[in-house]
Amino acid sequence: MAGSGYDEHEYDVIVIGAGGAGLRAAIESARQGAKTAIITKSLLGKAHTVMAEGGCAAALANADDRDGWKVHFHDTMKGSKYLADWRMAELHAKEAPDRVRELEQWGAVFDRTPSHVINQRNFGGHTFPRLAHVGDSTGLEIIRTLQERGIHEGIDMFTEYTVRHLLKEGDRVTGCVAYGRVKGDFKAFSAKSIVLATGGITRCWTVCSGSWEYTGDGHALALWAGAELRDMEFVQFHPTGMVWPPSVRGILVTEGVRGEGGRLFNNQMERFMFEYVPEMFRGDHAETEAEADTWVEEVVSGKIATVRRPPELLTRDVVAKAINEEVKAGRGSPHGGAFLDISHRGKEAIQKKLPSMYHQFMELAGVDISEEMMEVGPTAHYVMGGVRVDPLTQESTVPGLYACGEIASGLHGANRLGGNSLSDLIVFGKRAGEHAAQRARNLAPPRIDEDQVKASIATMLEPLQRGEGENPGLIYDEMRDMMQAKVGIIRTKEELEEALEDLKAFRARADACFPGTDRRYNSGWHQALDLINMADISTVAALAALTREESRGGHTRDDFPVPDESHWGQHLNIVWMEDGDIKIRQERIEPIRHDLQVSLDEVKAMIKERAEEQGGGK
Amino acid sequence: MSLKGRKQAFRVTRGIGEGADMQDYEIELDEGMVVLDCVHRIQYEQEPELAVRWNCKAGKCGSCSAEINGRPRLMCMTRMSDVVKETPKGVPIEIRPMKAFPHIKDLVTDVSWNYEVAQRIAPIKGPEEANWKFNQTEAHRVQHFRECIECFLCVNTCHVLRDHQEFDAFAGPRNLVRLAQYEMHPLDEEDRIPEIRKEFGVEYCNITRCCTEVCPAGIQITDDAIIQLKERVVDRYYDPLQRIWRVISGKKVRM
Repeated sequence: MAGSGYDEHEYDVIVIGAGGAGLRAAIESARQGAKTAIITKSLLGKAHTVMAEGGCAAALANADDRDGWKVHFHDTMKGSKYLADWRMAELHAKEAPDRVRELEQWGAVFDRTPSHVINQRNFGGHTFPRLAHVGDSTGLEIIRTLQERGIHEGIDMFTEYTVRHLLKEGDRVTGCVAYGRVKGDFKAFSAKSIVLATGGITRCWTVCSGSWEYTGDGHALALWAGAELRDMEFVQFHPTGMVWPPSVRGILVTEGVRGEGGRLFNNQMERFMFEYVPEMFRGDHAETEAEADTWVEEVVSGKIATVRRPPELLTRDVVAKAINEEVKAGRGSPHGGAFLDISHRGKEAIQKKLPSMYHQFMELAGVDISEEMMEVGPTAHYVMGGVRVDPLTQESTVPGLYACGEIASGLHGANRLGGNSLSDLIVFGKRAGEHAAQRARNLAPPRIDEDQVKASIATMLEPLQRGEGENPGLIYDEMRDMMQAKVGIIRTKEELEEALEDLKAFRARADACFPGTDRRYNSGWHQALDLINMADISTVAALAALTREESRGGHTRDDFPVPDESHWGQHLNIVWMEDGDIKIRQERIEPIRHDLQVSLDEVKAMIKERAEEQGGGK
Repeated sequence: MSLKGRKQAFRVTRGIGEGADMQDYEIELDEGMVVLDCVHRIQYEQEPELAVRWNCKAGKCGSCSAEINGRPRLMCMTRMSDVVKETPKGVPIEIRPMKAFPHIKDLVTDVSWNYEVAQRIAPIKGPEEANWKFNQTEAHRVQHFRECIECFLCVNTCHVLRDHQEFDAFAGPRNLVRLAQYEMHPLDEEDRIPEIRKEFGVEYCNITRCCTEVCPAGIQITDDAIIQLKERVVDRYYDPLQRIWRVISGKKVRM
């Protein structure tokens, strides 16, 4: 494949990305009668969704009939430290149950309750057992279900094509340009609506649980196209990633381990989480090991809990910071983490409820988790921030450009609850597909602007023509190490400022690297292009982190260690690009609708009452 | 045995199709590496253009299938400590792409045939009303099949495909597992038996169990999926009692 020619294609709706959100959006779009295509840089069914483990949160009330959308709404808002968009949190809590039942009708086989309906497990921050799950491989189940449904909906699939630029006419989006990974060919697409469903950015950190795809492609496409991003300072460091051996550092250890009764210890064999219950959660968690153990016994035997849950099930931001503190205080495990123990559940239960964890530790670390403790530590897991969208339609601030799933922002605020991402994908994937298709109905097919396509292709080919330069792989590793060191779980003004300077230098190195000349499946070439996204999106994340002078949820500043309710509790960071420069401003949060505030208060009162009955309530 | 600092020789397929040959590399190892880490190290330090398909590096996506020292495995789940042990001293570790599929470049093959077959399989058809009811035992039977990560190592190993190239007549182990998953779903009402026999050629399998042996998800492909489908075909087409019953009862089935 030589030259800079390209093929043209025309669609009503193009979905970029084939994970849970992209597939769900495309299915909905096709069902609305829109001519729909998916463009994905991987093969079908390989997207990061396969790595989701613990479950999909939905207030089905199968495992505890006291659950309902209001409690789920409350838990999501509280987990977000009240920065979530309350309309999105409301829609999500109301619609998730139907989306889960729909998956079942499309072939998903969730674990069952004794009364033969979908079972639900406990997770951090969820008041009741709420996560529909399949052992510890729920993401695989969901992506396979959507894939097996999606291939029968008349959607065209462009697999192993990476979208590099969005085309625009005036303010609106009119199409996109992609390169083929296999042959190095180019395609230009005309589209009336485009849905971004490219996932997250966590590959920007060395210790991460993300797959190779997580290089912020969609975030960068949106930024370059003039869309606004919000909440980009909020990156979730999942408390339990593997820490040893080095080559597996970061691989996720599901929160399901703690949901099934896993205990965290420091090297003094103290269950340190009892010491880390924050003010806002005080009174709702067990205060003694005996109480915590009783909760586990009750829950695993299928009873409704009569005591309070273990502090290991606090939200992810809290547990991650606690492990970090223990390590810093010299009480960490031999390889710089904490110990996580599930062995008391016995081999049979572990192999049944956590089969892939058993397998993962056995195969990759030579550890039998039914007998030994795991070593775990924080890993960059999820970006709460992303494309700012209309809560009802998922349209970005650029007309015709939609976003759903991890790349969209608003549902999770400062911290996402476990299980709320899989439900996010299906709830807002459907909404994005529906509205993208509706918009397309009233439009004529946009013209493909040849000049924009040619310019895009020229920038893609440029790295292959440099003749000499660094191997992009080395820049990739060094940039991730820098982000890990300076924009990690604990941040300071000095380090964030350094990071912003360093990123300029990395960007310059990326612009001068040389991946060879081959256009066919050239991993280095793809990486050279990814580096540009990563540098820009890392800059956005660092800038937002520098600006937010407080600590909240997934964003912790050593120099501003407490939440600042008076200003930052009321404001969001909005980032966008103008004439090639990244800009930032603050916007005040819209006050919550009255009836939703009433719901929040009702649920708070219910939780307090329950905690008092169970012996706490201080 | 610590591998840190050890210099290790590799021989890796480089090039495209007929023009591909084996290229030698040497890298320094670190503690706890898997084969995919080594391939990345070769790419990052010596050969930026090296083609390798991977996604999760955690054994969940099934993208990095290859033949390591002749054995089909996932590169991300194969520990170097094991491979070093099995490789004779002084011999490089050999990494080749899957042999049964058309070669694209280096370690990457064209696995699109699997997706084309999947497209021809009728999806699940169950009750219109939501909130389906079935128990955990019924669920478990199907969940076992749904642990498939679509690495296609089973297809690569199946001699009906690898040696006899029966890609037009036989659906391959992966898609037979998919058929079994639907057929054994407690609430599925679709009939796929005639297709399983004719279009998907279940009878081509002669139960050598090679697919089961290489499955990284531990699915009992032969015993739990293929043999069960074969039995359903036999029941429909060859069981005299069933035939008599159909005549007496006037019950029609698709043949």
